[in-house]
Amino acid sequence: MKLESKIPAGPLAEKWSRHKFSLKLVNPANKRKYEIIVVGTGLAGASAAASLAELGYNVKAFCFQDSPRRAHSIAAQGGINAAKNYQNDGDSVFRLFYDTIKGGDYRAREGNVHRLAEVSVNIIDQCVAQGVPFAREYGGTLANRSFGGAQVSRTFYARGQTGQQLLLGAYSALSRQVANGKVKLYPRTEMLDLVVEGGKARGIITRNLITGKIESHSAHAVLLCTGGYGNVFYLSTNAMGSNVTAAWRAHKKGAFFGNPCFTQIHPTCIPVSGHYQSKLTLMSESLRNDGRVWAPKSKEDAVRIQKGEIKPTDLAEDARDYFLERRYPAFGNLVPRDVASRNAKYVCDEGRGVSKTGLAVYLDFADAIKRDGRKTIEAKYGNLFEMYEKITGENPYELPMMIYPAVHYTMGGLWVDYNLMTTIPGLYALGEANFSDHGANRLGASALMQGLADGYFVIPYTVGDYLATIGPADKIPVDSPAFREAEQKIQDQVNKLLSIKGERPVDELHKELGHIMWEYCGMSRTAEGLKLAKQKIQALKKEFWTNVKVLGDAEEMNQALEQAARVADFIELGELMVDDALNREESCGGHFREEHQTPDGEALRDDENFAYVAAWEFKGENQPEELNKEILEFENVKLTQRSYK
Amino acid sequence: MKINLKVWRQKNNNTPGKLVEYHLDNVSEDMSFLEMFDVLNDSLTRKGEDPVTFDHDCREGICGMCSMYINGRAHGPQTGATTCQLHMRSFNDGDTIVVEPWRARSFPVIKDLMVDRSAFDRIIQSGGYVSVNTGSARDANEILVPRTIADEAMDAAACIGCGACVAACKNASAMLFVSAKVSQLAILPQGHSEHKERAERMVAQMDAEGFGACSFTGACSVECPKSISLDHIARMNREYLGAKLSSDNVQG
Repeated sequence: MKLESKIPAGPLAEKWSRHKFSLKLVNPANKRKYEIIVVGTGLAGASAAASLAELGYNVKAFCFQDSPRRAHSIAAQGGINAAKNYQNDGDSVFRLFYDTIKGGDYRAREGNVHRLAEVSVNIIDQCVAQGVPFAREYGGTLANRSFGGAQVSRTFYARGQTGQQLLLGAYSALSRQVANGKVKLYPRTEMLDLVVEGGKARGIITRNLITGKIESHSAHAVLLCTGGYGNVFYLSTNAMGSNVTAAWRAHKKGAFFGNPCFTQIHPTCIPVSGHYQSKLTLMSESLRNDGRVWAPKSKEDAVRIQKGEIKPTDLAEDARDYFLERRYPAFGNLVPRDVASRNAKYVCDEGRGVSKTGLAVYLDFADAIKRDGRKTIEAKYGNLFEMYEKITGENPYELPMMIYPAVHYTMGGLWVDYNLMTTIPGLYALGEANFSDHGANRLGASALMQGLADGYFVIPYTVGDYLATIGPADKIPVDSPAFREAEQKIQDQVNKLLSIKGERPVDELHKELGHIMWEYCGMSRTAEGLKLAKQKIQALKKEFWTNVKVLGDAEEMNQALEQAARVADFIELGELMVDDALNREESCGGHFREEHQTPDGEALRDDENFAYVAAWEFKGENQPEELNKEILEFENVKLTQRSYK
Repeated sequence: MKINLKVWRQKNNNTPGKLVEYHLDNVSEDMSFLEMFDVLNDSLTRKGEDPVTFDHDCREGICGMCSMYINGRAHGPQTGATTCQLHMRSFNDGDTIVVEPWRARSFPVIKDLMVDRSAFDRIIQSGGYVSVNTGSARDANEILVPRTIADEAMDAAACIGCGACVAACKNASAMLFVSAKVSQLAILPQGHSEHKERAERMVAQMDAEGFGACSFTGACSVECPKSISLDHIARMNREYLGAKLSSDNVQG
């Protein structure tokens, strides 16, 4: 199949305006004749559902949580980027575009990223109008900070809870439309399949998580705003419920999956403390502005620290290795996320890691406290230090923090064109669920921007074009054969999971998958390791379907059953991620293939052969997926090797 | 550590529930409270017994999903923290811990420790927003909000909607939750034009959901994981009274 990105022609800065004009409109009186399903109520989902309902469409919004306000966007800490240039420090739409393309290691589309930068300014206006309490200067204007190594201050923030405040803003707009009767909410409801008929998306099959009832919902268009798939690694900073099921099942119905191997590992998370660990907690990236990352120079010292014989503060300055400052004198502790993460892993692989597990390095504030005083550090990071102490029981003012990288975000996702439509007409993917804007690495404070850009300012224009083309009559009822068959298939799968009655709890199998993915498809990958991982995942899939233990009934609240279906999909996705990582014979952004590095150990891109989006096509159960390529064309930026030396 | 648990088990809303005892021998003090429940559920599953159902999601104290009433306190013995942020080092070897769901008529039990908090969503739907459509906003810096006001609005907006305030109140009152939103939007210029109607509608919805009257004990604020201040309740009372005295809504 030929992939058409539908990037409009013309100069970069005019593409979106021209495109908006060329899109068909739906007559205001006709909008009420259309139904749109929105799955997921995070930043992308809530903003899309609210904006479409305001236009007059009938919207059904689904989430598995008990309230739309709890979607995982709520956990984002740092901030949201926008090219407002309020600080008069040289920011512009083009600079935000350029930084995002470069930060993504030149594996994203120019057209999409420029649009993202353009609408970023409208997002801030919208959120402020909703009453989002962004940080302010004393005069009442908005405050900004520099974030993630950016050279301009373009990040807007609401303390360390920016995601929460933006989501509550979108949730309030959504709630207003629920009150208006334009949105019908379906909380505690999980999408388990997409219904495709006549080559178009027609609706979804869901399971009511309280009653267990399998239900059909029909609509003219379906929007997947279901977030990322970081939980394929079992341990990640994602919420426990975050899953790939909606996206994966759409993939199996014909939506291509773009760049699945592009995952972001965040360098500053609280390390694993034991086998019972259920999730990892992120410590804001801003800590690296003042903290110095180090590990013991010698393995012997590291072992003594691991055993608890000495404390880190016992080590003299010359027994410490400030490895980021040593290797990257220009950027030091502020190198991008992928570089910082990889170097922490190398140090631990050498046996120089700390903590009981040997899987941690230090982030030390002693010098910053000496320089600025404890008060200043407390004002900047007090809440983070408190959070760290709550979790670890150690006081970071006295002992250096321990950190280790953890899976945080997935740049890959469903392939979409410029209109955010997948390869199935009528099916759209927004926010982290799509692959489109971050290339091989996402910059800090850009995820919130993308989720809201897609929901508030892109989909309201592009979905109308499709709806106007098909017309209000082009919808099928829920009692048609396509829905009935899909319902039956899901019912069969639920029954199958309950009937296996094996030995192993779902969690245990999920953990095993996570180990395989982290070991072989994590921060650093090799062809040999990936091939081994593929075999292991296939064996695990067999084990899952013969030996999983799910208790209880189908017609009740059954959390193990929900989880089992999600893990089954993660296993299949894991295999595709490995295939994708094997295929991409280069290193770029978060994808590091050990075979492809510069003599001094940095990522080595291969623009000649790999400047493309890998879009995978499902070909049937247990069949190899087919690779489709969308060649990336760069007309406005020059591809350069990233260097942080 | 050895821990004895007494956990509320209830099959569904139509079946009576009871406290059931469990013993765990290998609890690490570094575990979070919910991880201790994961360990319990793993052992129950292996024995073929139904695992305990409980709400949880982000496990970092921000989504507001987790909701356990531990030894008679919402979210357990720590203040300013959710259940997921509670660690076993807060308990002693050999402790007996009683775990119940939120107890309030407006939060019916779904199963075991899981309750239905959709009443909170309906209260927000009744007026917890600024009526502005996407696209009709003016430039963000044209609305000046002094820093002190922005900070106070943020203090109120920090509410995670977990329902601990209701669970902690002997009257099962939702005053702290409702006032946090009323207060945030009342002091911001963006929310001012609808402030009277908002206070009237949200309070009316709160009453319709069956939440009790304010008990004036302040337990809500003490147990609130985000330490939302009682000042917001005072502000809501003022907003509500003011609205009633000068209401544009003649039907009242």
